[in-house]
Amino acid sequence: ALVGLSAMADPAEDELVINGDITIVTHTTKAPDYIEGLSEQYSGWHFREDDTRDMERDDFDNPGMLGVEAARDSWAEADGTEGKSCASCHNEPESMAGVRPVMPKFNTEKGEMYTLEMYINQCRTERMGAEAWGWDDAAMVNMTALISSVSRGMPVNVAIDGPAAPYWEQGKEMYYTRYGQLELSCANCHEQNYGNHIRADHLSQGQTNAFPTYRLKTASLNSIHNRFKGCIRDTRAETFKPGSAEFIALELYVASRGNGLSVEGPSVRN
Amino acid sequence: MKRQIAAGLLMSLAAGMSFAETAPGDVSYQEGAVAQSLTGQPGDAAEGAKVMSSRALGNCVACHTVSAMPDVAFQGNVGPTLDGAGDRWEEAQLRGIVSNAKMTFEGTVMPSFYKTSGFIRPGDGYTGKAIDPAAITPILGAQQIEDVVAYLLTLKE
Ligand code: HEC
Ligand code: HEC
Ligand code: HEC
Repeated sequence: ALVGLSAMADPAEDELVINGDITIVTHTTKAPDYIEGLSEQYSGWHFREDDTRDMERDDFDNPGMLGVEAARDSWAEADGTEGKSCASCHNEPESMAGVRPVMPKFNTEKGEMYTLEMYINQCRTERMGAEAWGWDDAAMVNMTALISSVSRGMPVNVAIDGPAAPYWEQGKEMYYTRYGQLELSCANCHEQNYGNHIRADHLSQGQTNAFPTYRLKTASLNSIHNRFKGCIRDTRAETFKPGSAEFIALELYVASRGNGLSVEGPSVRN
Repeated sequence: MKRQIAAGLLMSLAAGMSFAETAPGDVSYQEGAVAQSLTGQPGDAAEGAKVMSSRALGNCVACHTVSAMPDVAFQGNVGPTLDGAGDRWEEAQLRGIVSNAKMTFEGTVMPSFYKTSGFIRPGDGYTGKAIDPAAITPILGAQQIEDVVAYLLTLKE
């Protein structure tokens, strides 16, 4: 029985090309040197069933692209007291190519680590005179899907040195902290046990390169912080809030574990 | 009405007290093993099988396969198969592993099922909210641990 199980447990051997055009690096044979616990890197895509993986091969089959389309509309819609839209200053959404791979990054002007959501809200509140979007509002998650989609195929490449270093250290410490009454860390599931099954779930490396993810289970796009929140809650722990300083640091650290994998969002997961 | 509640309370107090259970903080581990039954009562293997396969209770099959439970779907493989556990381990060792596996396997991924303190950010069940540390109950009750141990002892090859 165990032999059968472990064969099932391997990451699927497969390659991802989107729309017959965008090649996605979903596997590398060498993780960055600063990640001691990983030798290879895998996108979560390799751990999903055949039909779920197939949905990512063509944008017409990827339900996450509906969020991208909705965000294209809002991109061009004026909002706020300044009467401006994203398009007023950034032209086409394609101008955002290269933004997602380096997020989160240190915002020198603000003197703190900034995620994509925070940059979007900075433009909305300070440049458009519009209200900030909530971290998990559909409008926000859709906009992050749009901005990710124009970077698909580009390698994740977050900076971890200089002003980013203390955030990275904090995130790393969290990654190995055994939270909750089940006393499980991110590493217990996603570093020590990726490829294994925990009940029906095929554990991936918990990479963030493919976010936001369209989850078939909830039929909606899921932000990075919302995923973190669910994973910590499942250890019978008091979780952290999306947008919290803790999750921003953790996001940087987890993103750095995926440096070299391609940006893949919006992706499809179960 | 009031009288009924009072009677109910008395009954549950009596049930809790009559067996002089060992509290989670009072369990004594010798090289990971726990010699004494936590309740002074023998375990019920059939109940133990339920505890192990139920998601809301032990959910042991989330991480372990048990060939003797062919009807239980989606058995995981984070831990070793439990087939033959009754040959490999003595009763006292199994009681220790199920109560607090970290006393037998240092740093193991396996959660401690009979422990109520020493957690980082413990939550109120799976709500994601904090729990008052004084209100934490072990994941399994003392008799449930005994029932699981009784079941594990039936797993012979
Ligand atoms: C009034 C002009 C203006 C508007 C309107 C505007 N932005 Fe910006 N945006 C800027 C400027 C200026 C910057 C900072 C300079 C830069 O890095 O491009 C910026 C930066 C950003 C960044 C970070 C880019 C990076 O590489 O660091 C993102 C993401 C962004 N904007 C998204 C949006 C979105 C989404 C909207 C609409 C909801 C929007 N912006 C509306 C002017 C604007
Ligand atoms: C008890 C096991 C467990 C723990 C602990 C855990 N996760 Fe997860 N995580 C899962 C499962 C199950 C999934 C869904 C299947 C998969 O992708 O692994 C998942 C998915 C993810 C994903 C989505 C990956 C994708 O490509 O869709 C990310 C990111 C993630 N986890 C990060 C984390 C982080 C960060 C932590 C620690 C704060 C953590 N997880 C702790 C079980 C866990
Ligand atoms: C989150 C994962 C997980 C859960 C849940 C879990 N275990 Fe384990 N268990 C393990 C791992 C991993 C080991 C291997 C010990 C080590 O770390 O070296 C183990 C070891 C064992 C062993 C010794 C195995 C042998 O025969 O050598 C027994 C017995 C056992 N577990 C019983 C249980 C029971 C009973 C439950 C539920 C009440 C349970 N486990 C729940 C992960 C788990």
